[in-house]
Amino acid sequence: MTKKADKVDRLAELMQTSESTSGASLWREAMRRLRASKMAIIGAVIIALFVVLAIVGPWIAPFSPSAQTWRGEVFANKGEFVGARSGNWFGLDHLGRDMFSRILVGARQTLMVGVVSMLIGLIVGALVGVLSGAAATLGGRTGQRIDTVVMRFTDIMLSLPSLLLAVSIAAVMGQSLTTVMIAVGVVQIPIFARLLRGSMLVQGSSDYVLAAKALGIRKKRIVLTQILPNSLSPVIVQATLSLATAIIEAAALSYLGLGNPDPAIPEWGVMLAQAERFFDNEPMMAAYPAIGIIITALGFTLLGEAMREALDPKLRG
Amino acid sequence: MSLLELDGVKVHFPVKKGILFDRTVGHVYAVDGVSLKVEAGQTYGLVGESGCGKTTLGRGVLRLVDITDGEVVFDGTDLAKLPEEEMRRYRRRLQMVFQDPLGSLNPRQNIESILSEGMAAHGIGKDQDERREKIKEILAKVGLPTNALSRYPHEFSGGQRQRIGIARALVLEPDVIICDEPVSALDVSVQAQVINLLEELQESLGLTYLVIAHDLAVVRHISDVIGVMYLGSLVEEAPSDALYAGPKHPYTKALMSAVPVPDPEVEDRRERILLQGDLPSPANPPAGCRFHTRCPWAQDKCAVERPVLTDVGDGHKVACHFAAEIEAGELELTRPTGIEAVVSTEAVASQEAEVEDAAPEPASKVPAQAPAPKGEDAEHEAPADEDGAPATDGDAAAAESADADADGDPSESGADADAPEPDASAKKAGRTA
Ligand SMILES: Nc1ncnc2c1ncn2[C@@H]1O[C@H](COP(=O)(O)OP(=O)(O)OP(=O)(O)O)[C@@H](O)[C@H]1O
Ligand code: SF4
Ligand SMILES: [Mg+2]
Repeated sequence: MTKKADKVDRLAELMQTSESTSGASLWREAMRRLRASKMAIIGAVIIALFVVLAIVGPWIAPFSPSAQTWRGEVFANKGEFVGARSGNWFGLDHLGRDMFSRILVGARQTLMVGVVSMLIGLIVGALVGVLSGAAATLGGRTGQRIDTVVMRFTDIMLSLPSLLLAVSIAAVMGQSLTTVMIAVGVVQIPIFARLLRGSMLVQGSSDYVLAAKALGIRKKRIVLTQILPNSLSPVIVQATLSLATAIIEAAALSYLGLGNPDPAIPEWGVMLAQAERFFDNEPMMAAYPAIGIIITALGFTLLGEAMREALDPKLRG
Repeated sequence: MSLLELDGVKVHFPVKKGILFDRTVGHVYAVDGVSLKVEAGQTYGLVGESGCGKTTLGRGVLRLVDITDGEVVFDGTDLAKLPEEEMRRYRRRLQMVFQDPLGSLNPRQNIESILSEGMAAHGIGKDQDERREKIKEILAKVGLPTNALSRYPHEFSGGQRQRIGIARALVLEPDVIICDEPVSALDVSVQAQVINLLEELQESLGLTYLVIAHDLAVVRHISDVIGVMYLGSLVEEAPSDALYAGPKHPYTKALMSAVPVPDPEVEDRRERILLQGDLPSPANPPAGCRFHTRCPWAQDKCAVERPVLTDVGDGHKVACHFAAEIEAGELELTRPTGIEAVVSTEAVASQEAEVEDAAPEPASKVPAQAPAPKGEDAEHEAPADEDGAPATDGDAAAAESADADADGDPSESGADADAPEPDASAKKAGRTA
């Protein structure tokens, strides 16, 4: 009852909004709703600023991020730091480097970590999900078996705490930025796989897919032209949301000492990790990268959630 | 030879459970041995309450669900045994119209794409231009404007969407169309239009229909033969008029009780049976006659021996051990028919069936319900019960109003489509009385 009723309610709502927006396809309709959402706009603005920063950061940074220009002014061991001052707006770090320049330059690394790990999770996860979903929809006994095996495997991956999984991977691969990206990406794989596969199964059991079968359209074509395109929206939403988690998880791994060991290339997560030792004397050293991470993660989360709402017919109105 | 012949068709869904790999722990006997014949150019109406397996049977014919056993002979070929690719090619000749018009259309495809896809799959039309011409022709036939081509399903009304669904079937020039509750999701006002359209198309294109419905009213006028289904098998089959004039199976009689007769006098006199209890679960169907847990005439034999569908003359077939005795009035009722106590029609029953499916009540409880309805049923029946307003009053009034509708509508299907309504108004009448 509830399932069917839910479906009907959904359809009913879908119909209602469509009256006023004749001529628009579902995607266009979703875009329209996205533009009308405050959450989406705030998220998009934050992300845009972050991306711009990541691109131009290294050029507009007033100083070199790695030069220990003010080495003589900071005595980290004694707890003597230099706070914000004209010229060094965010103060100096424990090695006498300009924090403001390091934050600007670090944005690029942080974005890269987020995007690359998300892409690893998305691409591998989507491939696994499509394989599993297609096997389940297309194919008789063997298909079901393939699907079951793949899904049990993702279940196991999902049941491990993500940080533990990431740490194990990082431990095996050694300390580097690539390690962090791969570790964070791998953790996302089962999420994307399950999501896409689940979405494909839902679409696969829908009436229009049954209708396509009844028309005599070949199964492979149904999977590619009907099921897959209709299954993507939750994956797109998840990709946006996982940029946020990827950045945070990458920071966590850096904090645990698995991040980039090269001090010349600043990255927010690593900076946060380094600031920990001096937190009692100079909390601002941790605050700047932490705030940066939080705001960007918030931006991706806001946009992701707004997209979820825009794409979900249940929430239309 | 008939165009479409089903012989002992069974569709059993395995019920699976398991931690690592799924094990089959039982079956849902959705369709359990159905044999019927559909003649070319005619309409076979299949009725039965929700969950009795109508949809599954329709899908089984097209092999959209796996057939467990039996033959589906179409134009001399047993579809049940065809390899997949050959079956796919046969689908051009056997098409389907779905119950949910919106759900059965891909939201991301425009109408041209929806209609041409099947044609492309069967190599109809050299190129898209040729297909588009054909599509325009069909759109005109089903009463849709040509500018519909570039629009999307959600931009249309319910009735228009169903026309799109019909057009999608028609572009393939099929011989048989299986219509699964083609109007039950539509507004009452457009139901008649769609039924009429189906009739017109049948005449002009010589189509053969298998029309599925959960109440007799919808199939009554368009069907040549009607089959009544209960829990996975046919209990009665007869030419449409014969079935209406004299239903022989107790279940059909009960179904008929739910349909108002436009003549108040006949309405008052006719035999009325209102079913007690719930539809048993198809995962655990009763032994013997599937209907014996609810049949007012059930005898000992009924619980043991399953009656087969037998011809009792003039193509009227019944699956009941005691059809003749019941007809002659020689059989004592073993259960109350429930007229006095209950206002409950198939329309209500079908809405409830899904809830009830989840927790079917043991059959033994059923008779006890008759004098004092309890639980779920009580809610629906309370009004008529409390103030003792005879159910027939409300029903007769409803029948009159349905009659009035029919006067205004030359097609009459409009009034028939109203069938669920009288029940609602009957209840209202009971409440206000
Ligand atoms: N894929 C499936 N797997 C398991 N059980 C199924 C499946 N499809 C249908 N059933 C069950 O088979 C029985 C018959 O279902 P079916 O949809 O054919 O009934 P129906 O007569 O069309 O009912 P309705 O009027 O609700 O459409 C129901 O009990 C249903 O739960
Ligand atoms: S066989 Fe028995 S239980 Fe079945 S319908 Fe006939 S009388 Fe009723
Ligand atoms: Mg059905």
